[in-house]
Amino acid sequence: MSKAQQEAIKERSMVLQKDMLAKQFTELSQAKELGKKVVYTFVPGNLTELILSFDLLPVYPEINALQSGMRKKSAAYIRDAEKIGYSEDVCTYVKCDIGMMLNGNIGPTGEKLPEPDLLLLSYTGCYTFMKWFENLERLYPGVPVAMLHTPYQEDGIITQDQVDYMVKQLREEVIPKMEMVSGKKFDMDRLSAMMENSVKSEDLLVKVLESAKSVPTPIDAYFAGVYYIGPIFTAFRGTSEAVEYYQELWNEVQQRAAAGLGPVTPEGELKEEKFRLVMEGPPNWTNFREFWKIFYDMGAVIVASTYTKVGGTYDTGFRHDPTQPLESLAKYCMNCYTNLNLPQRIDLIENYVKEYKADGFLINSIKSCNSFSAGQLMIMREIEKRTGVPVGFIESDLVDPRYFSYANIKNRLESYFQMLEQRKIILAQQ
Amino acid sequence: MNRLEQILAYCEKTAFDLHFTDAKKWKAASADRVLVGYLPIYFPREVVHAAHGLAVGIMGSGDRKQIIKGDAYYQSYICHLPRGVIEMGLDDNLQDFDGFVFPAICDCVRNLSGMFRITGNGKFSRYFDYPQNFQKHIGGDFYREEILKILDDVKQVNGVKPDKAALNKSIGLYNANRRLIERIYDIRQEYPWRLSAVETYHIIRAGLAITVEEHNSLLEEVVSIIENNERGEPMDNIRVVVTGSFCEQPPIGLIKSVEMAGCYIVDDDFMLGARWIQGDVDDTTDSPIDALVTAYLNQSTFSSAVYDVGNPKGKRLVELARQRKADGIIFSAASFCDPALLDRPEMQKECDAAGIPHINFQFHENTGQFKVIKEQAGTFSDSIKLWA
Ligand code: SF4
Ligand code: SF4
Repeated sequence: MSKAQQEAIKERSMVLQKDMLAKQFTELSQAKELGKKVVYTFVPGNLTELILSFDLLPVYPEINALQSGMRKKSAAYIRDAEKIGYSEDVCTYVKCDIGMMLNGNIGPTGEKLPEPDLLLLSYTGCYTFMKWFENLERLYPGVPVAMLHTPYQEDGIITQDQVDYMVKQLREEVIPKMEMVSGKKFDMDRLSAMMENSVKSEDLLVKVLESAKSVPTPIDAYFAGVYYIGPIFTAFRGTSEAVEYYQELWNEVQQRAAAGLGPVTPEGELKEEKFRLVMEGPPNWTNFREFWKIFYDMGAVIVASTYTKVGGTYDTGFRHDPTQPLESLAKYCMNCYTNLNLPQRIDLIENYVKEYKADGFLINSIKSCNSFSAGQLMIMREIEKRTGVPVGFIESDLVDPRYFSYANIKNRLESYFQMLEQRKIILAQQ
Repeated sequence: MNRLEQILAYCEKTAFDLHFTDAKKWKAASADRVLVGYLPIYFPREVVHAAHGLAVGIMGSGDRKQIIKGDAYYQSYICHLPRGVIEMGLDDNLQDFDGFVFPAICDCVRNLSGMFRITGNGKFSRYFDYPQNFQKHIGGDFYREEILKILDDVKQVNGVKPDKAALNKSIGLYNANRRLIERIYDIRQEYPWRLSAVETYHIIRAGLAITVEEHNSLLEEVVSIIENNERGEPMDNIRVVVTGSFCEQPPIGLIKSVEMAGCYIVDDDFMLGARWIQGDVDDTTDSPIDALVTAYLNQSTFSSAVYDVGNPKGKRLVELARQRKADGIIFSAASFCDPALLDRPEMQKECDAAGIPHINFQFHENTGQFKVIKEQAGTFSDSIKLWA
């Protein structure tokens, strides 16, 4: 295959995703004229198939926040939220979203996002989500709120009473509010049919992510991984477009693997894979490309990451189940990464280090995010103890540029990579 | 030393005994007794009591313990409470505890529950989830299961499964406890000089570390003394409600500074868990667990840990301030406490709408400097007096 051909194949999945997003945001900008109703909701524990089965349009404030971060708008938004009383100490996603709202709610395409017709507080693995929507409820007075409380996997298992609790909430709280807002009756068959598509996308996504078990890996499972999870974690799970996207992506990955090619990065293809890492924690969005480049320059690639599991841990086997749609939505919500208890998180990471033949384990600890960050230092100790790989720790924030210090992070990473290098030499001598 | 002073001295010592000596002594007296530590805010202690146990509130290490190991477990941008608790867990403070309960109030406490599973403290470590749905057949059913899990955990330790009579008896004792505490707040509303906020704090916090029977008897004595006797001098102070300190506790120096700056604290949420259920829980039913469930669903106070759409906490705070005839509200939250700090802007808006003045500050449980807080509270008090 010629280089041009490879480039063309590489680009097709990206083009597909770009088109999907453009169409989604155009639809959103015209929602009110088209008489479409809009639901604000969250990524972890999202009920996309259910939302789409009512022909409702989802908006994900977290995605808006991360987009604002990438577009260098978040600093001003956060400042504006702080001006009206939000503490410097709290989650910056919330402040960025509120700041964006104060500034006219202009979305990533430069068009105004429609106001919500329903606030769907289906949240998983983070308490701050609840506080976030309590605030939105005051800021959009009169908009109904549907609450779906997801129990935590405190014992590391999902129990039947937890599933029953969630299904009851879906039936008696969430679905009636969606019916009311959309003016449509709930259609279980439609939901179930969408889940057939969900399963196909989920299977394909897992294959893509697991391709990183090969040495060298054809993908980066963190920096590029955040793009791969985009459609399935947001408005497209359950759609045929998502299946098409994942099929395309999987084809490309297979071709790259067959050709022995490394991951594609904004700086070009990674030629030599020097270090394979497992990464815990979300990325920084304000300096995303610079951050990625530090790894690229060192020949480091992320072979598995926990952040790409916040919207579902499909690689441990979960799939939506068309024969039990509501039960599977419940289980889906409970299975998202930050809803796993700490011992489960550690087990998962330990398996990643071993199965993906990682040279090291790195934490990007996010100042904003207690859900991820509280307990990470213990995770780090445990992983070091159980796997023996060198562990590294850096700190930044999601969308607050005040907490991204390029020089600090680069220094820390350089020392960490030196440590990995030395370990490789010692291991080679043994 | 008169009787009240004796009680106050005992309560102060017990409230800050981070080795929980009295609780451990109580446990040692009989083989089937269990000690269960729980974190803020609320936990239905009745069920542990009925199963021959003592539920002990672990409110952090405050400014009474040097944190060495805890800092190695927590980044600087995480509140202070969990690092003090893990330090206590790694030291010998929590030895002899049979289990730990981590109520669902935030992700720090939630993740701490997993850390305790890893450190292996106690025979069980349970994250205690609360429903955020308040219908009996949905959230209520879920909450009942959570309570049953605790009963199971305790039974695994001592083999005791409490019957209906035992549960009703325990519910009755905690009803009395809440009534007595409220009585103290009511007396202080009329005569705030008779018992200072710091003394009140000591008395209530001590109750988290001793048996409810003993606490009730101390409370009865305190009530009877301050109800019938003048103590202290009325001062030209303003009356404030302090809110936002429901989990990590402000150091005593902070409470003292607010008082010394000319503010009577007529209500607060320092020991909110002990006052969580408003009014009595039915102690005469055939299904006492259901009575606790119903009380949680329908009689909970407002809190940053509870989803409040439909019954906004800002409005409830304003109501509380009015009921206590407060002149102002002090928002006092632990640094990095997302639940409290994210509630603050909207609650402040409610205060503005109701014309209630307010100030805010943040603290760490081990803050040692109170000069700024004292000045701020002093200016607040002066400005209210000036415009009164
Ligand atoms: S605390 Fe973390 S998971 Fe929660 S809203 Fe903020 S960034 Fe998201
Ligand atoms: S102080 Fe706040 S953030 Fe910290 S443990 Fe308590 S509730 Fe959670």
